[in-house]
Amino acid sequence: MTAPVLDIRDLVKEFPLRGKAGPKQTVHAVSGIDLTVRRGQTLGLVGESGCGKSTLARCAVRLTEPSSGTVELGGADLFAMKGRALRAARRQLQMVFQDPFTTLDPTMTIGGILREPLEIHGMHRRRRDEYVRELLDRVGLDPGHAHRYPHEFSGGQRQRVGLARALAVEPSVLVLDEPLSALDISVQSGVLNLLEDLQEEFDLGYLLIAHDLSVVRHTSTEVAVMYLGRIVERGPVDAVYDGALHPYTQALLSAVPVPDPRAERRRERIVLTGDVPQATDPPSGCRFRTRCRLATEICASTVPELVEHDSGHRVACHHPRTISS
Amino acid sequence: MNPTGTAAPVPGNKPSGRGFLRRFRRHRFAMAGLAIVLVLAFCCYFANIVAPFAQNDQHLLLGATPPSWRHLLGTDQLGRDYLTEILYAGRLSLTIGLSVAVLSTVVGTVLGVIAGYAGRWIGEVVMRITDLFLVVPPLAVLAVALQGLGRSYLIIVLVLAGIGWTVIARVVRGEVLALRERAYVDAALVLGASHLRIVLRHLLPNLAGVAAVSVSVNVATSIILESTLSFLGFGVRPPQSSWGNMLSQASGYVGTPQGYLLYFPGLAILITVLAVSFVGDGLRDAFDPRRKQ
Repeated sequence: MTAPVLDIRDLVKEFPLRGKAGPKQTVHAVSGIDLTVRRGQTLGLVGESGCGKSTLARCAVRLTEPSSGTVELGGADLFAMKGRALRAARRQLQMVFQDPFTTLDPTMTIGGILREPLEIHGMHRRRRDEYVRELLDRVGLDPGHAHRYPHEFSGGQRQRVGLARALAVEPSVLVLDEPLSALDISVQSGVLNLLEDLQEEFDLGYLLIAHDLSVVRHTSTEVAVMYLGRIVERGPVDAVYDGALHPYTQALLSAVPVPDPRAERRRERIVLTGDVPQATDPPSGCRFRTRCRLATEICASTVPELVEHDSGHRVACHHPRTISS
Repeated sequence: MNPTGTAAPVPGNKPSGRGFLRRFRRHRFAMAGLAIVLVLAFCCYFANIVAPFAQNDQHLLLGATPPSWRHLLGTDQLGRDYLTEILYAGRLSLTIGLSVAVLSTVVGTVLGVIAGYAGRWIGEVVMRITDLFLVVPPLAVLAVALQGLGRSYLIIVLVLAGIGWTVIARVVRGEVLALRERAYVDAALVLGASHLRIVLRHLLPNLAGVAAVSVSVNVATSIILESTLSFLGFGVRPPQSSWGNMLSQASGYVGTPQGYLLYFPGLAILITVLAVSFVGDGLRDAFDPRRKQ
């Protein structure tokens, strides 16, 4: 395995709620997460809305200060960096955002948007226009459109511009925060293929945040499943998809539709009851226990550790078992 | 889209460089407004050339006469050509209107950006100060200030700007609070952009439309506020004159044959205010590349 480029260790992020009245509350967005992204590989992070995925992503690129824990970029602590070292780190670590409609400044041309990273880092002083054209060409856009404004482009094209902007500084890791979920299905596959090509070409490490399980299976080397601020299961993509051990992962996977109608009808589904508990007041012990069909007393009293089940496949559950067993 | 990736220009897709001017020129009302403002300003500031008579050229025996071919807008009580007087008075009204608008917009924008971007604590302080200015009744302050500090037009400008900046500061702060949550600001931060760069490159260009509207609204309100002050007797004093001051001099003539003494300066204010607000609308639209027509 290649060396880790982005190493997230025991990351915790809590937001104090400033209520007008009543007791002080804290949102437990991310509660002790370890993740590792390696060069040339994709780590898929799945979980439903509000489970803390985006907060984790923002901490990973130092847009948000975590409450505790560290993020290491190439072995150096990202949050201890200042000045020159931080600027250098910023070139290594880039992010692609979810919403293609706010990711580009509407008052700037595409060329201006792509020139900005070069200005910030003083790159390609003599040949910026040429480099911008190369970038546009690389992400599958017409290099002649550099003078156009974001509103003249479709969602998928804007997402490509956002990707080109991230690539402009030649990073080694990209944090992709649901880069496809705002796009039409027909456009998604194009961007997905582009992401794969770029990964191969530049040996990029991806932290791919998604809620589309098939996208993650298609692209990722490893997958981590997140529920209410914690990782519940993690491992090589095939091990997790074919032999899910956590009841939550099993429920998520059983919700993926099967293309074959006959198989689809026969398919057994695990339907979760109840809502996701409030992140201000997560359940004690295992956070999934309130919706879990296997929950027992120990689940309420003890937080399950993320233990290795077989090579690289870890699960945080007191009653791990595969569906067939 | 052109999948071959050539730089050849696609027919019908002219480069949108100089897009700002092009968008502004397409805005008919704004162009008309700009023409009116320019002609008006030219006539007022070059009144010594343009005006048909000399300033303050009194003919006491003539007195107030209605519009005629010799005196297009008639003459006032002292027999002065009213068109000439309106043009000279316009110098002061336009100067006050424009300088108050620019001054209060600049101050309001700077403070609004600071309040919206610098974080919760500083923002609260700035906004409480703004509230303080907002709750004070402007006319009372103006009257007291002008009594105490004298009535030079510089004092009038400063006092009017001191009142005008608060509204734009609030609006700008609200805009900044919304803009700083946009993903492109996050993207710039992740790229390592300084806060100064984010303010100059991403916030201010997106605020330009709001600022343009603020300037035009402020030109209008300060001309009107100056008129109100003059009307109440706190504005500029003869021999200096402004449109508002002329209005107040003629206030007794409502409904008499000399009513035109009231209508013409009023009309000058109305035309200026309308023209300036069309220009403001045009600027707002021109600052936004998303507006096509």
